[in-house]
Amino acid sequence: MSFESELSNGNFCIPKCTNCTKIVWPPSEFCDGCYGIVSLLKGNFEGEIIEFSQDSHGYFCMVEFVEKIRIMARKKEQPQIGQIVKISTCGIKDESYFFEII
Amino acid sequence: MNKVGIVATGITPFTMDDKKIESVLLESTKELLKNNPSIPKNEIDSVIVSTNNNSKYLSPILSEMIGIKPKIAHSIENLCNSGTNSIVSGYSYIASGLADLVLISGAERYDSPGQILDWDNSRGAFKHPIFWASIFTSAYKREFSIKDEDLAIISVKNHKHAQKNPNALSKKTYSINDVINSKAITGDLKLLDCSRSCTGSASILLASEKIAKEISDNPVWITGIGQKTISAGFTKNDSLSSMESTKISSKNALKMAQKEIEQIDVAEIHDAFSVCEPMALESIGFTNSGNGLKFAKELHESDNFKINPRGGLIGSGHPLGATGIAQTIEIVQQLQSKAHNRQVENAKTGLVHNMSAAATSSTVLVLET
Repeated sequence: MSFESELSNGNFCIPKCTNCTKIVWPPSEFCDGCYGIVSLLKGNFEGEIIEFSQDSHGYFCMVEFVEKIRIMARKKEQPQIGQIVKISTCGIKDESYFFEII
Repeated sequence: MNKVGIVATGITPFTMDDKKIESVLLESTKELLKNNPSIPKNEIDSVIVSTNNNSKYLSPILSEMIGIKPKIAHSIENLCNSGTNSIVSGYSYIASGLADLVLISGAERYDSPGQILDWDNSRGAFKHPIFWASIFTSAYKREFSIKDEDLAIISVKNHKHAQKNPNALSKKTYSINDVINSKAITGDLKLLDCSRSCTGSASILLASEKIAKEISDNPVWITGIGQKTISAGFTKNDSLSSMESTKISSKNALKMAQKEIEQIDVAEIHDAFSVCEPMALESIGFTNSGNGLKFAKELHESDNFKINPRGGLIGSGHPLGATGIAQTIEIVQQLQSKAHNRQVENAKTGLVHNMSAAATSSTVLVLET
């Protein structure tokens, strides 16, 4: 399955090159280093909040996972810089990815 | 490499008007040709249109509307720095000998599709520029212990400058309190911290040295160019409180022009949001890290128009495809001592800083008389 198919099913995967083992972000079918085929690592990954702000719907955070994979994610409770979080909900809505963290 | 000069400019007021992009595009081009009747229109051998508008074939359309048949005619889209990217492409055509006279026209409507980069899914559901600007603002405030009222000086200064620019969208000055009490867009961004997307156009004519000297008494020379693309995605920015692409492009532009930052008399800085101005001032090297606001405040308090004399993007408005060209026109007018009541005294060397998508790419130009 592709990254987006997994994401549509609520699974956040980490894309990794099967040839050179590089983490490929943003997700792509091919490695941006050696152009090898990319596979998907599954798991309940931990990330770190590196910055955040808020709007009328709550907090939005920049979260960094392994090897500088960074995403923007929604968080309901007050975030803290350096806080370790996990993705609680993710998917694709209106052609955009969405992530929520706890 | 052939030397490249700017020999004519045309710009019209930035508004919220609902007009066809072709009409907007024609406005500043017509202004350029009308103001410079000695230009041999039929010798324009390249036409580059800078826009994020989805209308097709705009450069041939513009060429037909002004009655010319150029050798080269095409559009350039690169989000907010489409304008300076177009100038660099026009420069390259002349420098390489492919063209002698290049018309560059930028235009945008208030509802430009260039505001959102759909591809950047690492931003998740937060694709509007207000979200990257909020993250930059939060990071900058945290790193340098900056308060909202400190940051508000940028909006106050640039709206003040805009009142001396007849083409600016802003028609009002604001106080620090006005800015910090304006509508909260996010926890870190107020309405008056934001530039506004608007309708506008700006045109510029580049010429080879030989032609520039024939048709202009006071051409302005493009002596330095620096460009850098770090990524397309916002989240690839290593630093959230400085601009890596701006650091590299300004260093390269100054090196090409054989200038030090202290020799820059006047500059246009891409203040899409308040925080962008101090970040850019620091990344270009006007000040050390964390001192950009102090520098801007000193300029404001002494009524010195050195930075963003036309009011920046916050005061002038931000018609994306026209912005980089409008910035360049301002520096041309300053160097030609034609900036009227916003003139920076004795300006000989100027700098243009134009960036896209959270500074994932930047263009810096150095201009001289």
